[in-house]
Amino acid sequence: MKKMTDFFCESAFFALVISLFGYELGNFLKKKTKLPLFHPLLISILVVIAILVLFGIDYRVYEDGAKILNYLLTPSMVALAVPLYRQLEILKKNSLAISVGILSGVAASLILTVFMAAVFGLTHSEYVTFLPKSITTAIGMAMSEELGGSATITVAIIIITGIAGNMTGDLICKIFKIEDRIAVGLALGTSAHAIGTARAMELGEIEGAMSSLAVVVAGLLTVAGANIFALFY
Amino acid sequence: MKWVRQFLVIAAVTFLGEMLRYWIPLSVPAGIYGLLLLFLCLCTGILKLPQVEGAADFLIETMPFYFIPAGVGLMTKWGEITSLFAPIAVAVFFITAIVMAVTGTVSQRLLRKGKRGEKDD
Repeated sequence: MKKMTDFFCESAFFALVISLFGYELGNFLKKKTKLPLFHPLLISILVVIAILVLFGIDYRVYEDGAKILNYLLTPSMVALAVPLYRQLEILKKNSLAISVGILSGVAASLILTVFMAAVFGLTHSEYVTFLPKSITTAIGMAMSEELGGSATITVAIIIITGIAGNMTGDLICKIFKIEDRIAVGLALGTSAHAIGTARAMELGEIEGAMSSLAVVVAGLLTVAGANIFALFY
Repeated sequence: MKWVRQFLVIAAVTFLGEMLRYWIPLSVPAGIYGLLLLFLCLCTGILKLPQVEGAADFLIETMPFYFIPAGVGLMTKWGEITSLFAPIAVAVFFITAIVMAVTGTVSQRLLRKGKRGEKDD
């Protein structure tokens, strides 16, 4: 009889099923507990790792099966042009405040990352791994790879950053008296990308729209900024 | 039919993005070139929203799934992650909080200034 693990290796759908199952489980836990720690993406990653370790399946086997997910990452980035275009009116009307606000956040992120790299004595490759920490995973991951960093570690940092921003956003906005709904959305999107946007969507429509706009703009500004900042350390 | 055409548009723009990435010697992911191309096409009216909207919304809604494989890849990098534990903790909590505070404070000030300006008119 064939070993069960061999079957897993041959099935094209095993990887997809456990990935999506993990995501649904995360959704379920999030709904039940309302804790931001149960982020579906985080839970699905942990569930898949647990299953692979439990059955002794090599990561490359899973990676091969999950190719379809990787494959759709680039077009999903392209698709972000649609919400950006839909928010063109709000963008035009408040263009100065929005662009300066996001730009200062992106600059703060890049400058602080250089300082952090110097303080901890990171290598150049480790440094560029940290540069895209506040932007959306699709752009950040590709960015890190292009600059010679480690895409997987960048993804880890980005996801943990998003969850931290999602969890602490309300408190930080309260401490710094950020009350304007557009400003709250921009702050969440610039610092904690799509996962921060999830929190902004819960706060209200303006916050959500502004946060997703900030995700795209901060992503683009960081692409430009990171190429320059990569030369600094 | 609608879906085929919409996915064709997105796939074609993505492909053009890949070509630009090949030609332009910058560290810019293909998806960014594609995003800018699609945005330009929408702004100039070369493409209309209904021609891409459905497929784009689908891709955005399902976006988190596409990060799962990269996240699972962490299991092969565990050593590096634990060795970078301190900078990761600083980056995640300290820098994220400052970025949030800076973005929110700066944009709020400018927004309020803009609103006051409008009232003065």
